Amino acid sequence: MFRYYLDLALRSFKRNRVLTALMVLALGLGIGASITTLTVLKLLSGDPLPQKSAQVFAPELDPLTAASTTPEEKVFQRWGNLMTYTDAMNLLHARKAKRQAVMALASSKVSPQVPGQHPFFSDGVITTSDFFSMFGASFQYGSGWGANDDENRAHVIVIAGFLNDKLFGGSNSVGKILRVNDHDYRIVGVLKPWAPQPRFYAVNLGGRGYGKGDALFMPLQAAIADKVNTQTVNCFDSDVDIDHLETAPCVWVSTWVELANASDAKAYKTFLSNYAAQQISLGRFHHPGVGLPDLMGFLAQQRVVPNDARMQTNLAFGFLLICVVNTVGLLLAKCLRRSREIGVRRALGATRGAVFTQFMVESGMVGVAGGVLGLVFAELGLWAIRKQPAEYASLAHLDVSMFIATFVIALVASLIAGLLPAWRACVVAPAPQLKSV
Amino acid sequence: MDIQPIFAALRKHRIPAALIVLEIALACAVLCNAVFMIGQRIGEIHSPNAIDEQGIVDIGVQGINPDTANVDIPRDLATLREIPGVTAAAAVNMLPLGNNSWNMNAGTSPDQLLSKDSPNVAEYLFTKDGPGALGLSLMKGRFFNDDEYADSKLGNNYLPSAHVALVTQSLARRLWPDAEALGKPIWIGKNNRYTVVGVVADVLRPDANGGETGHFLSAFFPVSPAAGIQDYVVRSAPQDRARILRDGVQKLEALSPSVVVEGRTFTEIRDKYYANARSMVWMLVLVCVVMLAVTAFGIVGLTSFWVGQRRRQIGIRRAVGATRAHIMQYFQTENFLLSSAGVAVGMILAFGINLYLMQHYQLDRMPWYYLPASAIALWLLGQLAVLGPALRAANVPPVVATRGV
Repeated sequence: MFRYYLDLALRSFKRNRVLTALMVLALGLGIGASITTLTVLKLLSGDPLPQKSAQVFAPELDPLTAASTTPEEKVFQRWGNLMTYTDAMNLLHARKAKRQAVMALASSKVSPQVPGQHPFFSDGVITTSDFFSMFGASFQYGSGWGANDDENRAHVIVIAGFLNDKLFGGSNSVGKILRVNDHDYRIVGVLKPWAPQPRFYAVNLGGRGYGKGDALFMPLQAAIADKVNTQTVNCFDSDVDIDHLETAPCVWVSTWVELANASDAKAYKTFLSNYAAQQISLGRFHHPGVGLPDLMGFLAQQRVVPNDARMQTNLAFGFLLICVVNTVGLLLAKCLRRSREIGVRRALGATRGAVFTQFMVESGMVGVAGGVLGLVFAELGLWAIRKQPAEYASLAHLDVSMFIATFVIALVASLIAGLLPAWRACVVAPAPQLKSV
Repeated sequence: MDIQPIFAALRKHRIPAALIVLEIALACAVLCNAVFMIGQRIGEIHSPNAIDEQGIVDIGVQGINPDTANVDIPRDLATLREIPGVTAAAAVNMLPLGNNSWNMNAGTSPDQLLSKDSPNVAEYLFTKDGPGALGLSLMKGRFFNDDEYADSKLGNNYLPSAHVALVTQSLARRLWPDAEALGKPIWIGKNNRYTVVGVVADVLRPDANGGETGHFLSAFFPVSPAAGIQDYVVRSAPQDRARILRDGVQKLEALSPSVVVEGRTFTEIRDKYYANARSMVWMLVLVCVVMLAVTAFGIVGLTSFWVGQRRRQIGIRRAVGATRAHIMQYFQTENFLLSSAGVAVGMILAFGINLYLMQHYQLDRMPWYYLPASAIALWLLGQLAVLGPALRAANVPPVVATRGV
């Protein structure tokens, strides 16, 4: 029976080629626009650490002066887990979490010791030893550094695979010396490709959110001793001395902690509250509020997904709705024009259900065709997005789930569009249609 | 024209009529908001900026030695000034729209600094010749004199030790809404007081740090060469820009092989800054055009179907004396009525969507004239779409009335 309905649908399409083409085109455009924007939205709101995001948390403190009237949630929205160096070191040394790391970004000068090669700047992270194990960065050669290296201000460095390829042709460079910011660092590890999207730890440190990832990882204390310039410094009181940022009233490092489960997270939040209370009694803090969002909560708080992307998606679905209404109208016109044919089928014994199914099959076929066309438009749209200057642009590709989503959306949209016409078709009374023949 | 028969006919085709109304309403709602957003983005892209945008190139040096910067920077500037065609060159800490920014809270008294209404201000520092290199336009007062540049050292708090400042018109209005800005003090921090010696036309900030209303809240200070003031602004006639940029980068690289030199024209900086806004505009325009096309084709499709169904009635009307113009008018009026209903619903929808966007995306309120403007657009679209089917209807010969009974 299904095959017969398919055959009927094909015949009906052939009879009204222009109308059918219009329907498929409209549906295809709507679906293409929706899939394009959805792909971008999915890319932007993706989970940067799919295996671990539920166990990685951002402790948040409010260091503002007594005069500040800004509510804590606004402070956290603006700065997230940025804190003063003093607070970061206190949390790091308290070792109350399974793992903890303090970090800042520092674009750094790399001087290849090869005659004729110009120095260049690379994205760098200055951080502490737990960074790699906490964020699941694995090593191609060597390993990270230890907690002793942090405290001893050891000049060791971990480099990304792509930088190793550029400088050492991909060979094992562990033990070699790299000149960074005019200081010598000994390479201890080379990372496998590691680039969380978005680069969550960089969003409030003044870094880019997307792209190939950082190239240099150096111990925080050693880099500070070398007077490296960090990307972001936010001061909340006057009398700042940039030569002594460690004690300045400025937030410029962020802290991340790993906590195995919800009860550990609860315990850590209590620890943070106690810490804030203790700092208030010492006169350093004036506001008791603390925050401890997990990774995805942190990304939502920092509004990592640009409003434009959400707005574009809303717009695309508004457009799809218009296309669906349009398809309803055209399908209805087509099916009312065939009242006579329906009358004949009904008179020859087709049930209402059969007529309904026939028309739903027909609109389903419009949907599948629209889906195929939509896929073409979506590929076209994503190609156009990849030409855009946005930093996530090059990552915009159709994946399997969006491929399937295309057809699901297409079928659902077309079947919804088909409901009304099919219902109108199956309630056609056969007798008056036959009379006028 | 009598519209009674049109209503009677539409009553028989409630669902298709409702569909056309719905489609026009949705199109109207989306069109209003999309056009409003396009307008806003275009306004943003064309923000005025009172510097010589066409004549400036920016050559940045990274990795200079902080201890010798006070010697290296004047040497670099002297080298750049020797390039034929260069009219002025100076070192600055940041450039408008350059995305690298120094920001400070500024107040008219030390107490005002931490209060909510102390504005966040972009802090531009430049060495001697800065106003000429940027092409600032002075509205009142004066630029800095040589002593003020020479005496001003960049402190460890990122502030210059000078005691004079220039402010933009917008900042002057913001800090002293009812008074003359010249001669007034600006406080940055508890210990840094600057006297306003001049007011310049509005210059954009390096980034969006000032928020929605703070695009032009900038102040300028004199400074002597130091590490951190390491973007060279080089001004020339627009046609010399490309050559000067190339020569400048080459000469500086040769001068100090250990620094990283990067150059770009100011128009490149501006294009890059607004690139996202520009692609959003194109995307919105594309969606609007395609949406209007889809709506028009929907109207064509449904009206054609009606014309096909009513061939006999049209034939009878023609046979009893209606002219072609009458038939045309009938379909045009019908479309006008449907469009009107759609536009009425659409304007309410558009208003609702705007309210939603205002709440969730910090969009501004849509000015009222967007509503009638897009209503007229959709009326015209409807009339255009109905023209083809209406002409076909008008061509139905009266003889059809006598056939096929």
